[in-house]
Amino acid sequence: MATARKTDARRFRIKSANAARRTRSPRAARRSPLATVALIAIGLLFTGGAYAAFNASSSDSGAVAASQESVERGEKLFAANCATCHGLALQGTEAGPTLIGVGAAAVDFQVGTGRMPLQNQSPQAPVKPVQFTDSDVDALAAYVSSISPGPSVPDSEYLDAAGDATRGAELFRINCAMCHNVAGAGGALTEGKYAPALTGVTEKHIYEAMLTGPQNMPVFNDANLTPEDKRDIITSLKYLENNPSPGGFELGSLGPVAEGLFAWIFGLGAIIALAVWLTARAN
Amino acid sequence: MSSDTRTAPAPQRAAKTSVTGAVSNYIDERTSISAVVKEFGRKIFPDHWSFMLGEVALYSFVVILISGSFLTFFFQASMAEVEYDGSWVPLKGLEMSAAMDSALNISFDIRGGLLMRQVHHWAALLFIASIGLHMLRIYFTGAFRKPRELNWVIGFILFILAMGEGFTGYSLPDDLLSGNGLRIIDGLIKGIPVVGTWISYLLFGGEFPGDQVIGRFYTLHILLLPAIIVALIALHLVFVVVHKHTQYPGPGKTNDNVVGYPILPVYAAKAGGFFFIVFGVIALMAAFFTINPIWNYGPYDPSPVSAGTQPDWYIGFADGALRLIPPGWEFVLWDRTWSFNIIVPLVVLGGFIVVVLLYPFFEAWVTGDKREHHLLDRPRNAPTRTAIGAAGVTFYASLWAAASSDIIATHFKMAMEHVIHILQFTTIVGPFIAFFIAKRICIALQKKDREIALHGYESGRIVRLPGGEYIEVHQQLDEYERWKLLNFNEYQPLMIRPNAAGKISSAQRVRASVSRWFFEDRIEPVTSKELERSSHH
Repeated sequence: MATARKTDARRFRIKSANAARRTRSPRAARRSPLATVALIAIGLLFTGGAYAAFNASSSDSGAVAASQESVERGEKLFAANCATCHGLALQGTEAGPTLIGVGAAAVDFQVGTGRMPLQNQSPQAPVKPVQFTDSDVDALAAYVSSISPGPSVPDSEYLDAAGDATRGAELFRINCAMCHNVAGAGGALTEGKYAPALTGVTEKHIYEAMLTGPQNMPVFNDANLTPEDKRDIITSLKYLENNPSPGGFELGSLGPVAEGLFAWIFGLGAIIALAVWLTARAN
Repeated sequence: MSSDTRTAPAPQRAAKTSVTGAVSNYIDERTSISAVVKEFGRKIFPDHWSFMLGEVALYSFVVILISGSFLTFFFQASMAEVEYDGSWVPLKGLEMSAAMDSALNISFDIRGGLLMRQVHHWAALLFIASIGLHMLRIYFTGAFRKPRELNWVIGFILFILAMGEGFTGYSLPDDLLSGNGLRIIDGLIKGIPVVGTWISYLLFGGEFPGDQVIGRFYTLHILLLPAIIVALIALHLVFVVVHKHTQYPGPGKTNDNVVGYPILPVYAAKAGGFFFIVFGVIALMAAFFTINPIWNYGPYDPSPVSAGTQPDWYIGFADGALRLIPPGWEFVLWDRTWSFNIIVPLVVLGGFIVVVLLYPFFEAWVTGDKREHHLLDRPRNAPTRTAIGAAGVTFYASLWAAASSDIIATHFKMAMEHVIHILQFTTIVGPFIAFFIAKRICIALQKKDREIALHGYESGRIVRLPGGEYIEVHQQLDEYERWKLLNFNEYQPLMIRPNAAGKISSAQRVRASVSRWFFEDRIEPVTSKELERSSHH
């Protein structure tokens, strides 16, 4: 499989060295070099350190330094595994959306949870066993973000699940629970789509999902939910996951439907079985 | 217990009397209770597991009363804002109502509180479930017939009141889930034309959610509804004693006797033991399984709604009805919005409840049967009634399932729209299919019974006759087995007869045609003549 992927990659490899070596700013292509320098200087003056502190995880440089080698490997992997639907230049086809501007975070989420490569066209890409090694995923992410920048893989400081669980739970109820359920048990959407359960999802992938809005999920960008907010939400989810319900088995956290079924089948079932036993005639 | 009925001991024997004897004697001389014990203790009850479903309801209710009393010691039925400062970390420091705060404190900071909460809630689910099952038993065995029609009505009112108890209790913690449920009820009320908005403002003391409704529901939940329920349960049981218990047909069981065991000592022991069994099952459920984890839901806030928000199972049919209504059933007329998406479910469900409530009277009218019935029907021997029941169950079950349409969609990997459309079909067409299938099955079973009664059952022994023909030897049932197959009520379609004025009223015609629909394809019980003829060959 891996060797086939590599030969395919070689066959479809884009010869443009320029594209691979392109800097992280797409504006370079549209403006004169001087204007770019001036813009960057002004931008740095105005936005300054505070901006950088609040947006460390978003579009600029990114935590993972994309080495040239990694980008090249990612390009091959992309051409072999993704380009059929997303196009060789990430432009998208009828079968798949464009990946220009999705950034490393989206790639890391989609490929890192096994959703991509897509198994078949269905209402929603399900989670399945991850098809690539971690370094392959990183390479793909590096390649996609090298073509055009987008949200990058989040910094580990926001993934420690050590934020404010109370605040996170409240934010979760307000922003997420209508689809994912208050306990993160998941829920149904229209036309066969669904919001998946959030138990067992890694902190990084939860963060990336909020940042990039995969599939039917809306994007919760850093202006909407700050990285701190996201950290708190992850904290509350992990708190629920790591602290088993004080009341006993959770019945899937599905709420009254599961409780009602349990009461009927096991509760009343047990009582009826005992009543049958109680009224049975001795042989 | 026999010492209860002792008469006053002679003075010279007083020294020998046991303490129990002396105490019972003391009580009896002052209350004459021995007459009651004598009468009641000799009451006979027939033995069958399905006769214990009502007991399950009663015992769950006792468990509810006990656990509920514990909860009232610590619950604050107030919507005043407080800051949570208990043990559950993900809610610490959050503003919430005193009701939610105290419910959380019961769960985490009061010894045994969470167990009691879960006992209370699981027992409530079981209470209503066992009432439902009890009602199905009564219905399908025809136990609602004269003289028990009124007791059916009382029991059904108890079922409705129990739902009211359940819903008010579900709302009390003032968590997100119950608040969402309350909002749906508020919407339902507001959907009633003209008066809806007024009623809603009256109930909530102003704009939803207000700061009144928890206190009001608390009064209903712990005072008014339980008082009515206790009174009606007492009346229900008095009627059971007055009417005596029904029994399944069998040898020696007639309409005039009750075959079984006396209350004392057999049933007192069995029922007492059964109480502890029910209590034990509930306690185990409460000890091992989370119910209503309000700490996950968080305090009520009108803006968030969680996916998978459902009512407890017994309100599910109403929630399901709302989900099944197609979109757009709403229009503006005379300067008002007419929400038929709410009016239609309200009317249909109200109609369903009235039909179930009045069914015994309807059937009595159709059959014209004024006799008392203490022997139960086997469901197959009343095919039309059984089929109507099956239709009703299908209708209810479809609505009930619709309340979990989203869970069905995600767990069976279906599209929500498909689930809704399938359930719309089973709600409207399903009852007719169920009616037809159930009736055919009943009639087929009756035919088989008839066949077995006349010709015996297949013994599996194949014999070759001298002529070369193979036959399977049929063996006759014994008398006791056959008795069950032969004896059931035989009804015939009513004849239309002119009344005293020589006229046939239209009510008569309707009654005759309904009666024909009930009984025209009946299977008649085997007659003694047929039986005699069959035994000759």
